[in-house]
Amino acid sequence: MTATEAKRPIHLHWGFIGLVAAGGVFGALARYGLGQVILAPDAWPLPTLVINLSGALALGAMLEGLSRRGPDAGTRRVLRLALGTGFLGAYTTYSTLALDAVHLFSAGAAAGAAGYLAASLIGGAAFTTAGIWLAAWQHRRVTGLQP
Amino acid sequence: MTVVLLALAGGIGAAVRFVVDGLIRQRIKTALPWGTILINVTGSFALGFLAGLVMRGQAPESVILVLGTGFLGGYTTFSTASLETIRLIQSGRTGLALINGVGSMAASVVSAGAGMGLSLLLP
Repeated sequence: MTATEAKRPIHLHWGFIGLVAAGGVFGALARYGLGQVILAPDAWPLPTLVINLSGALALGAMLEGLSRRGPDAGTRRVLRLALGTGFLGAYTTYSTLALDAVHLFSAGAAAGAAGYLAASLIGGAAFTTAGIWLAAWQHRRVTGLQP
Repeated sequence: MTVVLLALAGGIGAAVRFVVDGLIRQRIKTALPWGTILINVTGSFALGFLAGLVMRGQAPESVILVLGTGFLGGYTTFSTASLETIRLIQSGRTGLALINGVGSMAASVVSAGAGMGLSLLLP
């Protein structure tokens, strides 16, 4: 790596961009696949909710776990970009969430839309927090250290 | 074939998100994560627009799958948005966390609706 490359921010490095893209390919595929198998009861967008909340849990756990093991460099950075920014970033989605809500509102299901948005917002915060706690607990269990 | 294109488009979407978020972070240094907010709001607008085109019969269903589910699904993200809200709460900025969570959700839904409305209104 040359001096100019070392100074360039990571989002302008082709190698790191490629890692994010590679993770994103599988994240989008996983989201599409789960969307095909999870049923949407009464056209309520349960698949997107399940995908988004599980992804929030996983991202909270992964980033907390990585940051507790050391600084964002080397393998940890590769994992963060490929699995966090790439895979989980593409696995979860905001545009479909927004469009799902528009469809519910325009179908006259305002209560269903409000419930879906509230479940996404509050659930997202809760699942992210749960993921962070799980990783912190696991880290303490393995290292035997206090937080 | 459509599924392969969908997956590849998802990878490109994620890469574009990574670069756009980085560029916005470099320029706007505030506690509020403007990168993710702008990405999710613009991506929601674009998906609404695409959905409107499909409703009008001016775009095939596969366009929604590749550009919508693939590219825009990979471009926008929910997990990072939730994490950034929690980070704001952790740093004691509860008001900003609320603005980030509720504000970007409201803005994204309104944008998706506006995108759909625009494509339905086009001649």
